[in-house]
Amino acid sequence: MQKSVLNAYDIRRDFPILKRKVGDKTLVYLDNAATTQKPSSVITAIHDYYSYYNANIHRTVHQLGEEATIAYEQTREKVAKFINARSKEEIIFTRNATEAINLVSYTWGRQHVKAGDSVIISEMEHHSNIVPWQILEMEKNANLRYVGVDDQGYLRLDDYKNFLDAANVRLISISEMSNVLGTILPLNEIIRLAHRKGIPVLVDAAQSVPHMPVDVQRSDCDFLAFSAHKMLGPTGVGILYVKRDILEGMPPFITGGDMIKEVHRHATIYNDLPYRFEGGTPNIAGVIGFGAALDYLNRIGMDRVRDHEVDITKYALAALTDFKNVKLYGPQDAIDRGGVISFNIADIHPHDLATIMNERGIAIRSGHHCAQVLMERLDVSATSRASFYIYNTKEEVDIFIDALDDARRIFRV
Amino acid sequence: MSDDIYREIILDHYRNPRNKGKLTNPDVSIHDSNPLCGDEIDIHLKIEEDKIKEIRFEGRGCAISQASVSMLTEMVINKPLNLVKDLAKEDILENIGLTNLGPARIKCALLSLKVLKMAMIKYYTDRDPESARKFENEPAVY
Repeated sequence: MQKSVLNAYDIRRDFPILKRKVGDKTLVYLDNAATTQKPSSVITAIHDYYSYYNANIHRTVHQLGEEATIAYEQTREKVAKFINARSKEEIIFTRNATEAINLVSYTWGRQHVKAGDSVIISEMEHHSNIVPWQILEMEKNANLRYVGVDDQGYLRLDDYKNFLDAANVRLISISEMSNVLGTILPLNEIIRLAHRKGIPVLVDAAQSVPHMPVDVQRSDCDFLAFSAHKMLGPTGVGILYVKRDILEGMPPFITGGDMIKEVHRHATIYNDLPYRFEGGTPNIAGVIGFGAALDYLNRIGMDRVRDHEVDITKYALAALTDFKNVKLYGPQDAIDRGGVISFNIADIHPHDLATIMNERGIAIRSGHHCAQVLMERLDVSATSRASFYIYNTKEEVDIFIDALDDARRIFRV
Repeated sequence: MSDDIYREIILDHYRNPRNKGKLTNPDVSIHDSNPLCGDEIDIHLKIEEDKIKEIRFEGRGCAISQASVSMLTEMVINKPLNLVKDLAKEDILENIGLTNLGPARIKCALLSLKVLKMAMIKYYTDRDPESARKFENEPAVY
């Protein structure tokens, strides 16, 4: 039986913002790697929480608090299922993927990384998976090592294997999908090789969980971080998955309310997992909204999300490959990459290109994409980036390509 | 229509920048960048008798930032420092003919002025910290 494909035109009807105009042009939103738009169901879930059962969670006896707690905790269960965690106790809510990675570097990292130890990352990391380890490197006199990227945008696995052979590697922290090149990394192999030496692996899944099926038991990663707002959810909600046996040994991060069981004048007994890691009132509305986002994605199915993005990326890559004076970054085969295309056209600076696109209602990203180490590796100061999601159509790709033609005409290249 | 931004004169200065390069023994050199865009500008000055005798810039970035600094070098060469000191952002925007830029792109256009003012503050501070005080109450360029 042929697998059914998702219908982007049906999906678009669920996203109020896609009806809006930019000037007199219909919005063409191609900045999904930065953040995605939100369906009505997510907006309604947030609205309903504030309208009907707004209350603080966990230590509340009254009806509203109970309802809010149930809704909040239901999202935790949905997240656990979505990434196939063994239990909901392994799911910690943070503000975003950045905070999730910081949580690991400030707790587990400080506990386990000592002078002379190494942390391995790659040249294609987002700043959020570089800076926390740099700070640890300086604090502990440790070594941060970068696995290289080859000219086609693939990870140099040989580099990685060589680094693993060196002594004292404490952690691998690596993104599953590059936010610039779109490269999907061979995560299973990366993890298998690390585990053979007993080294844990943190996966920055900010670009992968929103776009393809992710199974933490199958990949056997030890930590996984991602953000709700890149997958239809609200901003201000991040997720950290940690394997239970590791989580149990981790000291707390943000301390104060909600993360405690008992507080005495000079001693505190911390709360159980995962609450020990969620100090203070969390983003209750955001987490509840994220639950609605997960429901939405589950209804579509992550296989179909991935298939749609491969399809539209293939279409866009084909059009761009024929385009005069274009330089494309990252793997040329859509199967090896996510729906993220970085490019430059002749000497048109990405910010100028983004301005010309904006005039046509098209939202793309331009700049270093919080990946300056990779920009240096590519020897560019900036790229333009178009990134797709479930509601993007080939018709929109055509509008985008036509606008690139206009830009070329304006700049006479 | 933002397509109007990319008029002939902007593209000309972007592709054929004036006064681009280094200076041997500059009296002051300074660098700054725009974190939003990553636009970068270095300005080198030679100052004689309180006038900008020579000015060169190095930089990379979008057409607006690079055309703006190229045009600014032409605007201030041989001008007395106390006139340059009083340049306002409106002068720059008028000079490059872009008075309708949005909040994001206006920073590209004004980075040139920001770096030039930093250069002058550095020049005065190096020579006479007292006289640098006249910049203290300068409004931020942006």
